[in-house]
Amino acid sequence: MTVAMQVFDDADEAPDAGTSLWRDAWRRLLRNRMAVASGALLAVIGVLTLAAPLLPGVADPTAQDLALGARGPAFAHPFGTDLLGRDLFARVLYGGRVSILVGLVATLVSFLVGVTFGATAGYVGGRTDNVMMRFVDVLYSLPYMFLVILLMVYFSKSLWMLFAALGLVQWLTMARIVRGQVLSLKQQEFVEAARALGAGPAHIIFRHLVPNALGPIIVYATLTVPAVMLQEAFLSFLGLGVQPPQASWGTLVNEGATVMAFFPWMVIFPGFALALTLFCLNFLGDGLRDALDPHLRHE
Amino acid sequence: MTRFVVRRLLSIVPTLWVIVTITFFLIRLAPGGPFVSEREIPAEAKAALSAKYGLDQPMHVQYFRYLTNVARFDFGPSYKFPSRSVREIILGALPTSLELGGLALLFALVIGIPIGAIAAMRQNSAWDHVPMGFAMLGVSIPNFVLGPLLIFVFALTLRWLPPALWGGLSHKILPVITLSAIYVAYIARLTRGGMLEVTRQDFIRTARAKGLPEWRIVVRHALRGGLLPVVSFLGPAVARAVTGAIVVEKIFAIPGVGQYFVNAAFNRDYTLVMGVVIFYAGFLILFNMIVDVMYGLLDPRVQME
Repeated sequence: MTVAMQVFDDADEAPDAGTSLWRDAWRRLLRNRMAVASGALLAVIGVLTLAAPLLPGVADPTAQDLALGARGPAFAHPFGTDLLGRDLFARVLYGGRVSILVGLVATLVSFLVGVTFGATAGYVGGRTDNVMMRFVDVLYSLPYMFLVILLMVYFSKSLWMLFAALGLVQWLTMARIVRGQVLSLKQQEFVEAARALGAGPAHIIFRHLVPNALGPIIVYATLTVPAVMLQEAFLSFLGLGVQPPQASWGTLVNEGATVMAFFPWMVIFPGFALALTLFCLNFLGDGLRDALDPHLRHE
Repeated sequence: MTRFVVRRLLSIVPTLWVIVTITFFLIRLAPGGPFVSEREIPAEAKAALSAKYGLDQPMHVQYFRYLTNVARFDFGPSYKFPSRSVREIILGALPTSLELGGLALLFALVIGIPIGAIAAMRQNSAWDHVPMGFAMLGVSIPNFVLGPLLIFVFALTLRWLPPALWGGLSHKILPVITLSAIYVAYIARLTRGGMLEVTRQDFIRTARAKGLPEWRIVVRHALRGGLLPVVSFLGPAVARAVTGAIVVEKIFAIPGVGQYFVNAAFNRDYTLVMGVVIFYAGFLILFNMIVDVMYGLLDPRVQME
């Protein structure tokens, strides 16, 4: 981390003495009111969905009440109920857990694969780099959602498959970003110093290069989460993603869309929850980029 | 220039080969065949069907035969619609999908570029903040949420527009808006970013110093450079429009390629699925190449090597 602070701190743009890159970025982020509001809202959404089973007054999302059926929002059911009389508020909260989980895990997969791949290609360089990046180029030109659909249709439609399929198509951009960073970083003296001290390639890549490239990596990862959540919802909407009895925001919107003419709340509430979360994640990601990307620091 | 184009055209071949190979083995290795159904088919009938489609041959024979057929743009017969070839099905549904996607992208460019340009020219004013806030909203609302909402408001409640199917102009409004909303937003944001970068440069200051009217500076000088990010977005945009169209075609019951693809995937119609994937891959690669060439024409700094 100490090295990370020095890398982007060119003398002419160094703020107050002793301010690290991270503290500087943090301060800039706090000044961005939309990003802070988005972060706060995300925290609320996160706590509500994660703690849903513990919250008092949240109904069991699978408890049916066939006699009740689909009813509009009321005091007992703030978001209304679905066709089987299940409480929609509870279903939206529990659906959010699945959506957010998919977003985070698939991003983690793309992070691990992309960072390892990109950093290795960039550090080793030469022909290896060339071959590895050609591979990325070829995969890039694939209509990858079609491949994800193929994977989901032909193999088991489990959550694990979903994580893997979505994560494995998201790592390409991450690999490119990390490679670019590593290419420029590896020329610097601290890498030479580490090598002179006898550090091996793996040590240099993961202890020296990757931590220094963390700014752009974090920014891209933040923007990957909403992208993945959107893709999960897209797949679930087509009936290929999360399978019943589990529900995600995508499957809830799909269910709601079919009966929208009669029970509009069934599409409005899950759709709103999904859009609001994506909106906040995008704003937070933008704020982080402005705060962390040294390229934009002068603006 | 010519060499660049020729080399890019040649590089399509290995890429397509990788795609055909991945798709082929992915589908063949997957559990469940095309003739697995709830209804039990007699063993002889199954064997006869397998023989008819060459599925009884060893894998490598099937693979090489498929490769040579694809090279001749022949994707074989559809397993589920045996009387029609995959090529017929794709070409039959393609005009509808092309029209939907083309109209959506056109709409996005016509609306998005002026919004972004105005926002950049009036940076940090209401002309900037309000449209950009909406643009962020547009990026965040998935088309499968927007589509049903539009149907609910304009078709079911107000009864101004038809809720589904593909026909006259009135049928096209809601699907095109649904598909293009996200691109309007993206293109507006990209135009704004590109314009902001360009207007800081010296040649714009020169144009100002010459006393050119503001609109002329924007249209003649700033837009040309400011649109470069939009041009490079066109490749990914078309790729995403193709997948987005799957959803929009489902919501509005439009008989396009996407509908066939999803149904084929569920029905394990191997040949149709592979045909669509390969066809779209080729289409996207070709389109990306055209975008690259356009980029070089717009920006003399880009060397085509």
